[in-house]
Amino acid sequence: MSLKIENLTIYYQTIAGNVRALEDASFSLADGEIMGVAGESGCGKSTLSNSLIYLHAPMKYIRGRVFLDGEELPIHDTQKMNPFRYKKISVIPQYAMNAMNPTKKIGRMVEDLLKSRGENYKEILPEVKNRLELVKLSPDVLNMYPFELSGGMKQRMVMVISTLLDPSLLLADEVTSALDVSSQKAVAEMLVGFRDKKIVKSIMLITHDISILYQTANTIMVMYAGQLAEKASTETIIKAPRHPYTKLLISSLPTVGVRISENRLAGIPGNPPLLLNPPTGCRFRDRCPVAFAKCAEVPPFVEIEKGHFLACWKEGKAHA
Amino acid sequence: MKRYFGRKLLIYALTFFIAVTINWMIPRFMPGNPVDIMISRAGLRGSAVTQMYSYYMDAFGLDQPIWKQYLNFWIAIFHGDLGTSIFLFPTPVIQVIKDALPYDVALLLPSILLSWFAGNKFGALAARNKNLDNTLLPIGYILTAVPYMWLGILLAWVFCIVIRIFPLGGGYDFSMQPSYTWDFYWSLFNHWVLPFLSLFIVQFGGWAIGMRNLIIYELEADYSHFLEALGAPRKLIRNYAYNNAILPQVTGVALQIGVIVTGALATEVVFAYPGIGYLILQAIHNQDYFLLQGCFLFVVIGVLIANFVVDIAYILIDPRTRAGMTGGAE
Repeated sequence: MSLKIENLTIYYQTIAGNVRALEDASFSLADGEIMGVAGESGCGKSTLSNSLIYLHAPMKYIRGRVFLDGEELPIHDTQKMNPFRYKKISVIPQYAMNAMNPTKKIGRMVEDLLKSRGENYKEILPEVKNRLELVKLSPDVLNMYPFELSGGMKQRMVMVISTLLDPSLLLADEVTSALDVSSQKAVAEMLVGFRDKKIVKSIMLITHDISILYQTANTIMVMYAGQLAEKASTETIIKAPRHPYTKLLISSLPTVGVRISENRLAGIPGNPPLLLNPPTGCRFRDRCPVAFAKCAEVPPFVEIEKGHFLACWKEGKAHA
Repeated sequence: MKRYFGRKLLIYALTFFIAVTINWMIPRFMPGNPVDIMISRAGLRGSAVTQMYSYYMDAFGLDQPIWKQYLNFWIAIFHGDLGTSIFLFPTPVIQVIKDALPYDVALLLPSILLSWFAGNKFGALAARNKNLDNTLLPIGYILTAVPYMWLGILLAWVFCIVIRIFPLGGGYDFSMQPSYTWDFYWSLFNHWVLPFLSLFIVQFGGWAIGMRNLIIYELEADYSHFLEALGAPRKLIRNYAYNNAILPQVTGVALQIGVIVTGALATEVVFAYPGIGYLILQAIHNQDYFLLQGCFLFVVIGVLIANFVVDIAYILIDPRTRAGMTGGAE
């Protein structure tokens, strides 16, 4: 088992109080698994990803444990976490377009970074060039400045930098959001390639774009307002979702062949709750068509079938 | 590249032309006439007045029509002739300036460079250091807001009158003759310290505040966060941030140089320091057209050269400006 997370809870400290961005998340990620994390803006996807690699203010660790390849990650201790960063766990950040120092040649920055982590740049250089080829970049980019690259090229360059030390877990945060559709597909395929070539063991792919997950991910985890809603294989989530939120989310996706003008896209009525003072119990219950009294308690995230996890009193009970 | 420098040089030439023209006009718009002052000083009477008047008017070329004076002025400049000082008649202006220039260079160059260097280092240190930040920030704001002249007077009062460590006024002790002796150098140094300090302190505050803010901005930049997430040590991230934050500070120097020249003027007046600033004041008092023109000419040349140097330095240190240049040449 590559990644195992137990009761991870992360708040944001603000003047108005704690924003409960992630509450009691427990799940695991198998070796070789590409897990998509889906949900709307503010549901805690990025908080989950950021807290695993670089937990810093205003993020606040509340409780929970994280194990990677059997070792516990000291995510709440910035200093102790350092040996794990890059070598065991790495990230392609949401802001990949601006992730490189604008005034340093890319090769120079990679060299500085590797040296500072105790690696020998000269020894790794041939591998860097291999990886560049893998993402269809010429080795010349090492002699260029970031502003000389297009957005897609920068994105791929950052992918190469992030994965140079063959981390066990790669967090990919909205890697395709800033790209056009054709680049999106290429980047998604490259991520799968990285996994297939065993450059990274497993990937957590954070996105609000479910269609990209359909092409890439083995499993999808759906989050809502800081809580886990459902996790299952991609097939199951798309074709047979169980959580009312997942059902509504999937049904809001456009379908090929259906004219929008004839058949307006369905949305989910209502808005997500504010996480400064979220409702008790299931946070979806105000918008949920099937909510009942029991939903005032937090539903447990339980396995209802093999590999299918669900946090819903109604749907879960039928199978319990 | 060639086109970039061509364009730059054209802009500098145009600036030079306009600035020098204005410098030529300003003294001539002042009420009065330098020759009148000379004659009244000489205490002449009767027909001698008219004779001397026409002699001097002719000698300085002031009897010619204004457009011809202007033309002559430009012709003379290209011959390296800045005319004769009226106030220090008959010393040539170029000689007067040559004598004053070393004092300016000795005062301005160290104060600009050292304050820039020290301010940047100190500002970078203060960023993200609570204790230093809480003390530096208010002090820095006060220092930058202080007028050069006021600080000069304050320093002069404290160090020359109250505790009498440093001498007040002049470039060296009046009882001395300029010579290559240690005594004379010591006197030069003693007279230099306070004007230097008054310039240094005001500028230091500004650079430190600017650098502190720039560093914080860079440390919050995405590339800093990326490096942090990949476990890069603090030292590397700080280095990157410093190298990027220094760029706007280089531009700042170019902008500041013009301001510093006027700051130096006020400082030199307060300490009666015999640099160009002090000369300008004397020239205005005596309606010395030629000396005033000459001093302004040197200030203009100095500011333009400094700006040009900064332009070139910027190309060397910021790769992004180079990209803009090749784009322009294609």
